Amino acid sequence: MKRLLLLIYVLTGLLLVSSSTLAQTPTPTINLPKAKNLKCAIPGPLANQRRNHMKYLLHQRDKTMHEGIRNEPVSLAKCINCHVKPDAQGKLPKIASKQHFCHGCHEYAAVQIDCFECHADRPQKYIKRKQALSLKQMLQQHLASNDIKTPDIIKTGDIIKTPVSKNQQGVNQ
Amino acid sequence: MSKIEYTSLQGKSPAYFVLLGVLGLFTFTGILAAWYMEHNGHHVTGMTNQIVWGTPHIFAIFLIVAASGALNVASIASVFSKKIYEPMARLSALLAIALLAGGLVVLLLDLGRPDRLIVAMTHYNFTSVFAWNIILYSGFFTFCGLYLWTMMDHNVHQYKKYAGFSAFVWRLILTTGTGSIFGFLVARSAYETAIMAPMFVIMSFSYGLAIFILVLMATYKASQMELGDVVILRLRNLLGVFVAAVLYFTFVYHLTNIYDADRRDFERFILLDGGIYTTVFWIGDIIIGGLIPLLLIYLPSIKKNRTVLGWICGMIILGGLSQVYVIVIGGQAFPLEIFPGYDVSSSFYDGIVNSYTPSLPEILLGSSGIAITLLIVVFMLKVLRFMPNSLADNVIDPHYSVK
Amino acid sequence: MKQSVDNSRRDFLAKTAIAGTITIASGVLLHQTANAKSLNETSTRNPHTPVSNINRWGLLIDTNKCGKSCSACVDACNTENGLAGRTGPQDTQYIRKVTLRDKSTGHELSLPLMCQHCESAPCVDVCPVNASFIRADGIALVDRHLCIGCRYCMMACPYKARSFVHEELHNQKTSDPRGIGTVEACNMCVTRVDAGKIPACVEACSADNHKAMMFGDLNDPESGISVELKKHGGKQIRADLALNTGVHYQGLNE
Repeated sequence: MKRLLLLIYVLTGLLLVSSSTLAQTPTPTINLPKAKNLKCAIPGPLANQRRNHMKYLLHQRDKTMHEGIRNEPVSLAKCINCHVKPDAQGKLPKIASKQHFCHGCHEYAAVQIDCFECHADRPQKYIKRKQALSLKQMLQQHLASNDIKTPDIIKTGDIIKTPVSKNQQGVNQ
Repeated sequence: MSKIEYTSLQGKSPAYFVLLGVLGLFTFTGILAAWYMEHNGHHVTGMTNQIVWGTPHIFAIFLIVAASGALNVASIASVFSKKIYEPMARLSALLAIALLAGGLVVLLLDLGRPDRLIVAMTHYNFTSVFAWNIILYSGFFTFCGLYLWTMMDHNVHQYKKYAGFSAFVWRLILTTGTGSIFGFLVARSAYETAIMAPMFVIMSFSYGLAIFILVLMATYKASQMELGDVVILRLRNLLGVFVAAVLYFTFVYHLTNIYDADRRDFERFILLDGGIYTTVFWIGDIIIGGLIPLLLIYLPSIKKNRTVLGWICGMIILGGLSQVYVIVIGGQAFPLEIFPGYDVSSSFYDGIVNSYTPSLPEILLGSSGIAITLLIVVFMLKVLRFMPNSLADNVIDPHYSVK
Repeated sequence: MKQSVDNSRRDFLAKTAIAGTITIASGVLLHQTANAKSLNETSTRNPHTPVSNINRWGLLIDTNKCGKSCSACVDACNTENGLAGRTGPQDTQYIRKVTLRDKSTGHELSLPLMCQHCESAPCVDVCPVNASFIRADGIALVDRHLCIGCRYCMMACPYKARSFVHEELHNQKTSDPRGIGTVEACNMCVTRVDAGKIPACVEACSADNHKAMMFGDLNDPESGISVELKKHGGKQIRADLALNTGVHYQGLNE
């Protein structure tokens, strides 16, 4: 009986706490950059996009992956391209940031997004990439950092040619 | 044979709880290590793109192989109708389930994406030996569970024979499957040979029985119940046969490879100049895991010495881990023969012996498999009645006379 | 009556002449286009329709033309796929330059090695969850949505073509999603191929004037790669395994 009473107390307590938080239900913050003159590729009202976007994406995912069907209206890359934009300071939000389009709702709904462990979370056009070092430069750095003598194959042999230069195209050997 | 009464561990002594606590702690650190590995990625391990399977796989494969071997005692009782083994059948089946569980937990926690276990269960590739093994593992749990049920519940006692037989057949298939994970790999000189499957079966007999004897002696000593020489000497002799059989299969495996000019370089690597792999093979696998135990088992003067038997089992387990180490790591360390007839070099470590240094989290995760196994056994021994309350010689065999 | 016969004959001759001219001219034209066209054949598939086994994309690598210390293909691959290009034991390499020395003759040669896009791929056979698969047009891929990171495919691959992602990645490219805990390999630049382009390595090789790599449709007997293979032959690496690779090499000893 004692235990039962205790249980009732605990439950009542929990109820009180939860109802007090219920009174100030948090709402998701969605950072939605306005895409000018563009309509969302997912049809219907906003509710459909919110409730079903994953179904559209999943459907397209398998089609792209296995059948090579691309440039369809719905794709993750397109979502990102429209909905992730630099802020006023020109800063581009990453998925971990509250400013990222996907972040707010997913945090609110406590649904972990797996997409961006592999997929780009920002439009490519805003990302500046360093030209990757050539393999030989890498190798030399690696060897130097590990204090290994540079093998002859790297020392001799003509220096690696320029990676890709357009003006050389069309010149016959 | 008089009617066997079964009992459970009292499990009220401080020692019992200390044991549970220690095993729990090891299990916990293993799971913590797995979380750390998953959180940081496998770059915190010694595994690389060259040595893709490492320490967790050594422990996992060892435990999974041993699991099917631990069922030996039960199989001999039910399938081959050897009455003397019958009282130990329950413990044997319990240990089999626990070993498989321990091995599988390690294997699953080492996955790159352990969170996608559901994918492994819902997407199934029928040509994958790994996928076959998923069925084999679940089947093994089922059959061992049913077998235990028929042994422990008098209402279904009459099905014991069938359950025991299915479990026996299934465990042979299971270890064939485990061996075939390697045996079907066409790419590497160390693998791709049909002998892998029977060799794994024989290895399972030996490892499983060694672990079983250790657990049996430990529980009977700890609970101060009688364990007679009749049982122990039988098991000891059986163990000797299995150890010899493992040595024989190891010999044939390497002889076949030496005869094949293609694989002679690989054999030279393992047997002569492979550094740690050569050392572990000769010292760990052959001497500690094979020759010394064999010698001790058949040395008449120490026939009844339980401490020595404990050491023998320990050495067989160590030898077994060495053997799996040489198969798994040694097989990957030897460079892949992509261009026969050429010396090769590249930025991707082609043509060179790959090095592997396991990191602490890997070792913690791998060894936690053993802790998980023992935790299950120690816990279950208290919950249900697995142990005959006496395995004294006169209980086992009324016609027994001390020679 | 006679007149009309003559007329028809004249007609016939004239038409034959015109037809002949057209035939020859178009032949010449076709020949010219064939010459003008790069030897690399590219996909003409509408990306809204699924890929099919009408095509089988493959590569032909002439080791005699491959520059010994050139790594243009490797660098282009790293840039295209957003790889860091590091060469530590845990780092991903889709394509690597391998230096070979014939044990009996001492002859040295160099070649790029990548996923060989086998028809009967061991990686596909062993993958427990069907994450490894061969697309209908012959390109071997890993569906990273399914990959559980068991690395069995890496054990099974005779070419050591696959890498495991050992740590969390950032700044991946849209064209090559890749991430922690999954296995990856050369995908023959599948997004480029679907866009009607040639793989980055092939492009870089020819831009660098080596022209050691050729891309094309192995199922099309008229394609540059098929014609060249028929004319001068080619070798599959580890042909003894009968995997029927999509990548062929010239200049390797049998």
